[in-house]
Amino acid sequence: MYPPFDAEEARALIAAHADQPGAALPILHALQARFGAVPAAAIPLIAEALNLTRAEIHGIVSFYHDFRSLPPGRHRLRLCRAEACQAMGGARLAQAAQRLLGIGWHETTADGRITLEPVFCLGLCAVAPAALLDDAPLGRLDAAKLETALEAAP
Amino acid sequence: MTGVRLYVPADAAARALGADAVASALAAGFGAAATITRTGSRGMFWLEPMVEVDTPAGRIAYGPVAASDVAGLIAAGLAQGGAHPLRLGPPGAIGFLRDQTRLVFARCGEEDPLSLDAYRARGGLAGLARAVSLGPAATIKEVLDSGLRGRGGAGFPTGIKWRSVAEAAPAPITPSPRYGQGMKFIVCNADEGDSGTFADRMLMEGDPFALIEGMAIAALATGATQGFVYTRSEYPQAIATFDAALAIARKAGLLGADCAGAGRAFDITQRIGAGAYVCGEETALLESLEGRRGQVRAKPPLPAHRGLFGAPTVVNNVITLASVPFILSEGAGAYQGLGHGRSRGTMPIQLAGNIRHGGLYETAFGPSLGTLVQDIGGGTATGRAIRAVQVGGPLGAYFPPALFDTPFDYEAFAARDGLIGHGGVVVFDDSVDMAEQARFAMEFCAEESCGKCTPCRIGSTRGKEVVEKIIAGERVEQNIALLRDLCDTLKFGSLCALGGFIPYPVLSALTHFPEDFTLTSTPGARAARRAA
Repeated sequence: MYPPFDAEEARALIAAHADQPGAALPILHALQARFGAVPAAAIPLIAEALNLTRAEIHGIVSFYHDFRSLPPGRHRLRLCRAEACQAMGGARLAQAAQRLLGIGWHETTADGRITLEPVFCLGLCAVAPAALLDDAPLGRLDAAKLETALEAAP
Repeated sequence: MTGVRLYVPADAAARALGADAVASALAAGFGAAATITRTGSRGMFWLEPMVEVDTPAGRIAYGPVAASDVAGLIAAGLAQGGAHPLRLGPPGAIGFLRDQTRLVFARCGEEDPLSLDAYRARGGLAGLARAVSLGPAATIKEVLDSGLRGRGGAGFPTGIKWRSVAEAAPAPITPSPRYGQGMKFIVCNADEGDSGTFADRMLMEGDPFALIEGMAIAALATGATQGFVYTRSEYPQAIATFDAALAIARKAGLLGADCAGAGRAFDITQRIGAGAYVCGEETALLESLEGRRGQVRAKPPLPAHRGLFGAPTVVNNVITLASVPFILSEGAGAYQGLGHGRSRGTMPIQLAGNIRHGGLYETAFGPSLGTLVQDIGGGTATGRAIRAVQVGGPLGAYFPPALFDTPFDYEAFAARDGLIGHGGVVVFDDSVDMAEQARFAMEFCAEESCGKCTPCRIGSTRGKEVVEKIIAGERVEQNIALLRDLCDTLKFGSLCALGGFIPYPVLSALTHFPEDFTLTSTPGARAARRAA
């Protein structure tokens, strides 16, 4: 789904965002949107463009939960684990999701289809438990509804 | 335009319940005979997806509608507002909506959120026009007199913050060629990370121009020329809708070199967070906007004096800013006249978790917690008894039914060792294990701590371990004493509200639900209590 990391293209993306004040997050988001991750090879390129050290860029990348070092599967399932979803059986749903997919948090199914990520609140707290499958919101989930939604994601 | 006019919410929570499929089924069923407008949500999520139709007698609502209901609805005369088991009648007559005082959310759910004409036709931009004619000093006086306080949770008077920034000299921003001259900033905190809250999301998806208008008023009042909205990445739809609204506002001259015809420049850029809860703290948010790790800054200096890139900065929550257009258009008195004690105006309260009538309920401050969760919210969704209600997100206290008389008001909640935060109310039924909730609070704090101060960075990890020992029945009394002591350290020694407030859920669980902590390690003791 994502192309392999390409340093030339990454440089161009970085340059397109580098002149705005506080450019680090916009750059990291742009790289991740393109390559599915911010691989280690990108760090020196960002450091050079922003005139910061590699250690500083690594510090930024590793601080934020969103940035990955490896691309996800073809689909991302972000399952909410916060309180409002806990109150509606979120923990049971999380177990069911892990069982269904045969993977743990931050893992990808062997066929590269689904990556399972925990998330703390999607703002869908009145329709809990909730998830995002890619960018599509899912509410009042149970194991069966989740399975149906996942089946529709090839 | 002739033909049938239908309205289907495109709010993320309505979509999570199948609103897109309903809209498709309606489009297929009516063909060219109907126009379907995708709206925000009115915030009654047990009725979503809620379909509305224009009739000579006004809008008629149906809900909750599934795609499989559509054929039956059309056959029953949906186009004319015909009778059907899902017919709810005029939406404004539904008790949950009728009994609200909707100032900020007055428009949300009625029209296409990206129609500036619809926004204007429903009173939008009147506040900005009045601010332009009043000038900065009188605008700030209106906000001060309204009694508006920060809706992100801290409750700081908005007018005082604005006045500080208005009085501060613009600061030159050295490293950036874009900011050669002196700058002031308006930063909108849309990093709505508290579980149980979704007001910012609903507003950005359902009435984004209200936020733009509020930011423009703030900019004209304080002399700021650049705005930033920092939106969390968990809100893809709010991000897309708000970006689209910004482009429309720019094209219409609301933003740009001559903001709203006031002869002053102001523009807004949306920035996206990256999954760090602590970036909802204003100084961590500023650090993140500046391109660094989202680590909290020590205060002073206050952001109003030295904020984004060192320049004077207003940092306000989405709802705070979106409350301002009403205050300007209707006058401070209309807003200040509502409320309870020192909490003036309205608050969009978000009823969430295990609740029958979950949704957004905007009301003047003052209803009791019991009224909110039992009368308005209808009790639990599971039909079991309410055992605990967490108010104010993951840093808020758990209230037992014995404290349901607490009025919804900043000071009243503080007096009971809690907080209202951003207005999230999460209901739990009697199957909840409060020791597990206390453990989760510490785990969450450990996961999300920015690491800058020791009490939060290390105390949260040690706190999680201590709660785990208590749960395991290990030296329970001593460990409870240790936990209380640790909470004291966190409360008084942390740099920001993350470490400072995490004792609220932990200690409230311990104080109000002690029985959950003294179950011994006997296997099954917890399960037995839960089953009882």
